[in-house]
Amino acid sequence: MKHAATSLGALIVFAVLLAAVVAPLVAPHDPFVQDLNQRLVPPEWMDGGSAVHPFGTDQLGRDYLSRLLYGARISMMIGIFTVVTSGLIGITLGVFGGYFGGKIDEVVMFIITCRLSIPLILVALTVVALIGSSLLVVILTLGLLLWERFAVVSRTTTMQVRNLDYIAAAQAAGASRRHILLREVLPNILTPLVVVATLEMALAILLEAALSFLGLGVPPPLPSWGLMIAEGKDYMFFSPWVIMIPGIALFVLVLGINLLGDGLRDLLGAARPT
Amino acid sequence: MTCAVEVRDVRRVFRTHAGMLAPERVVRAVDGVSFALPAGHVLGIVGESGCGKSTLARMILGLLPISEGEILVDGRSLAAMDRRERARLIQPVFQDPFSSLNPRQRVRDIVALPLAAQGNISGRQQRDQVMEMLARVGISAEIADRLPAQLSGGQRQRVAIARALVLHPRIVVCDEPTSALDVSVQAQILNLLAELRRDLRLTYLFISHNLAVVEHIATEVAVMYLGRFVERAPVDELFRDPRHPYTRALLSSVLTPEPGNGIPDVGLGETYPDPANIPPGCRFHPRCPVALNRCRTQAPDNIVTHGRLTECLLAEGAQGTR
Amino acid sequence: MSPVLEAGNLRVTFGTSVAAVRGVSLTMNRGETHCLVGESGCGKSVTALAIMGLLSRTAHRSADILRFHDYDLTRLSERGMARLRGDRIAMIFQEPMTSLNPAYTVGSQMAEVFQRHRRVSRATALDRAAELLQRVGITAPGLRLKQYPHQLSGGLRQRVMISMALMCEPELLIADEPTTALDVTVQAQILRLLQNLQRELGLSLLLITHDLGIVARMADRVSVMYAGEIVESAPAGALFAAPTHPYTRGLLRCIPVPRQVRRDEPLGSIPGVVPRIAPDFVGCSFRDRCAQAMPDCARHVPRQRATIDHDYLCRLPTDWTRAEAA
Ligand SMILES: Nc1ncnc2c1ncn2[C@@H]1O[C@H](COP(=O)(O)OP(=O)(O)OP(=O)(O)O)[C@@H](O)[C@H]1O
Ligand SMILES: Nc1ncnc2c1ncn2[C@@H]1O[C@H](COP(=O)(O)OP(=O)(O)O)[C@@H](O)[C@H]1O
Ligand code: SF4
Ligand code: SF4
Ligand SMILES: [Mg+2]
Ligand SMILES: [Mg+2]
Repeated sequence: MKHAATSLGALIVFAVLLAAVVAPLVAPHDPFVQDLNQRLVPPEWMDGGSAVHPFGTDQLGRDYLSRLLYGARISMMIGIFTVVTSGLIGITLGVFGGYFGGKIDEVVMFIITCRLSIPLILVALTVVALIGSSLLVVILTLGLLLWERFAVVSRTTTMQVRNLDYIAAAQAAGASRRHILLREVLPNILTPLVVVATLEMALAILLEAALSFLGLGVPPPLPSWGLMIAEGKDYMFFSPWVIMIPGIALFVLVLGINLLGDGLRDLLGAARPT
Repeated sequence: MTCAVEVRDVRRVFRTHAGMLAPERVVRAVDGVSFALPAGHVLGIVGESGCGKSTLARMILGLLPISEGEILVDGRSLAAMDRRERARLIQPVFQDPFSSLNPRQRVRDIVALPLAAQGNISGRQQRDQVMEMLARVGISAEIADRLPAQLSGGQRQRVAIARALVLHPRIVVCDEPTSALDVSVQAQILNLLAELRRDLRLTYLFISHNLAVVEHIATEVAVMYLGRFVERAPVDELFRDPRHPYTRALLSSVLTPEPGNGIPDVGLGETYPDPANIPPGCRFHPRCPVALNRCRTQAPDNIVTHGRLTECLLAEGAQGTR
Repeated sequence: MSPVLEAGNLRVTFGTSVAAVRGVSLTMNRGETHCLVGESGCGKSVTALAIMGLLSRTAHRSADILRFHDYDLTRLSERGMARLRGDRIAMIFQEPMTSLNPAYTVGSQMAEVFQRHRRVSRATALDRAAELLQRVGITAPGLRLKQYPHQLSGGLRQRVMISMALMCEPELLIADEPTTALDVTVQAQILRLLQNLQRELGLSLLLITHDLGIVARMADRVSVMYAGEIVESAPAGALFAAPTHPYTRGLLRCIPVPRQVRRDEPLGSIPGVVPRIAPDFVGCSFRDRCAQAMPDCARHVPRQRATIDHDYLCRLPTDWTRAEAA
């Protein structure tokens, strides 16, 4: 049962990733080309649908399936690059604090506390509103905000690892600090961090959708799933699919990532980070 | 002649806070230890858990800063050495072979680390020296590609010994190297260590709480109690004629495999030593079965009689009478 | 007099690949100390847990006989077993910290055990706990009862474990390496205490250890375990005077004996390590490490008698040791 859930999660994530990679090859239409004669065509399985637009079209007559596929690219890019950025920041801080302890650790703890007292959404909104929105701005903003769990988890695991005898043996062997941090400490704290990464990835994707929904995420005409929901909300009473299709895609992807993270946690025997 | 290791009145204090309001706990883990160990000798250090053996070992290895005192290795101050030079002189073997090897590295990389850290040894030379040292400690070539989790406890300890010896250091600090092993494996490792010492002319600092093991491998023995060496003597003398009451208690608590002798009464009573709260006078007096009144106030530090360190007020008066 | 505990052909397997206990038979009489000795992983703890009925769910236990007095433990329900455990059979575990609950005081844990088996008030149970703490040599029982396990030193904790096991005056006490984590001085104190209590209360003690020194000083009877089997069993005197199984002899040669050390000679040692045994293994499990091994050792190995109460599991004749000594 547990195993099946993990496999399902992995399958979903893999499928979305694949869709993101091959979007230009398989998308039936150009996602940006408007056709005002074909506005709000229902999906193929509904009355009035056609095989030309399997998922129908939006209010500007753009092919919805193509936009959905290209949207997967945005979501995955946001997810992956945000996690890379926040992982780099958080793990660096956490490992330094946990390994060196003392004053350095106090500084790290202070930075983490500061970050925890920042209201996430508000700051993200303000930053994007001030600088103006672009994909890069969204990734950097989220990356600079979502690192605290990486920092907390890597700090505690580093503290445990640094007291093990193989660290002492490496010090006695004359190894440099760089070697000890990168080769002795880091590989041994990665397991719980993989689980953190899945949690943060799901969060980043949801936050991007929220920002885009509020008009402060990736700018139109880029096909972000959040933006698709935002643009479709005025038409949802007569053409519900315009928000249901990207909504379901978002839900399934986030569910998949979380299932995968849960499964990895059990598989790797890591404690659930809080 | 320069000694392999010389330790001069070394102390180490740990300060810990239990909480915001709790008073600071000051642990005097090592409280004035001095000794000089000539090259080629083996100093066995025995004592109860928490008496400061590992703390002393880590200071001598340069892994833990000293609060007070000085340590000379091979005639030069440890504090003045850089990490590469220190690594070429002195190396550790730890107790638990399950935590002393990085679980993510292959045996060959673990053993190569001291060579790689020197920074001037070619990869090819490193490989040759690693394989030579592994063969020397009885690890076959195919095991070199395994991860520590795939080895038995004895094999892991052999790998740890190979790592310690690959730079051909002069001194090896063994902190309970066989306590985590089964007796049959312990015997293999002890024999290996004895053989390596003879062939490579090594000096050992050998920490153990197993007196029989120390008697087997050491040339001289120091008995540690609450951060100090309370008795130190050549191994035969110490076991034949223990002078400090604590040494006697330790020796009498050893259970030799002689059926029918029953369990001896050690006579140390109920109190347990606490390094955060070292008694005044003789630090052993609350447990000492032969304590005198003046033992409560008069500290028997550094009493040497007949060339033997015995930190007991009775040592002067009652030499050799017991 | 009927034995207190009798086990015949006790087997425990984990899954299909690990046979942890393979046909262990032992008998314990009233007031007897029986030592089960062997290296780690040879099945000592699993044997103890199998007797106590405390094996994990993945384990499968079978036995021809497993009796405690008149109770057939192979048929006893889980409830029946729970009623015996802590009352008439008690156990002291290897690691005191894992068997004492860190969230409760010593007193409440000790009282709880007593109240589970006897209809007494809390106050009576606490009185009994204080009495037992005193008995195991704890000087301020009132204070200790109010403390939490982490506030005690290792030696004190092990004493608490012992007094907790004695709360209901058991007839059989199983002690699994009760002193392995302790200093030699504390170990001597604890073992002396166990020995005295046992004499006073007439309890039967199954003492599990890997330390032959402890065995020699404590045991009436010794069973040497190797890879899930008892390879030699004898009264303590006979075992140390005339060890017959090559493994027992090897073990005895491995331990350095204080004041008999020959520093110029290497210690005797047994090459290799304890193998992991599958359920379908045939022949002598020691053969890879045995200097006396012969081709037939891969086939069935007989259990032989050296004397009336000394048996061993090996193909060699009883007098082979004379040839080795010569
Ligand atoms: N980093 C530290 N911070 C605080 N106290 C410490 C630290 N390291 C050691 N101590 C304390 O110093 C004392 C001596 O410890 P040490 O590890 O040297 O004992 P040991 O003799 O090696 O004992 P064992 O036989 O159990 O290994 C102990 O009371 C210990 O709690
Ligand atoms: N829950 C378990 N699952 C699988 N194997 C187990 C389990 N418990 C013990 N074993 C195996 O059974 C064998 C005997 O273990 P044990 O009785 O604990 O040894 P010891 O003699 O050191 O007490 C070992 O090989 C061990 O790995
Ligand atoms: S000085 Fe006194 S208390 Fe200390 S060991 Fe000697 S006799 Fe005992
Ligand atoms: S049966 Fe054979 S292999 Fe086994 S102990 Fe006896 S002689 Fe050695
Ligand atoms: Mg230590
Ligand atoms: Mg065990």
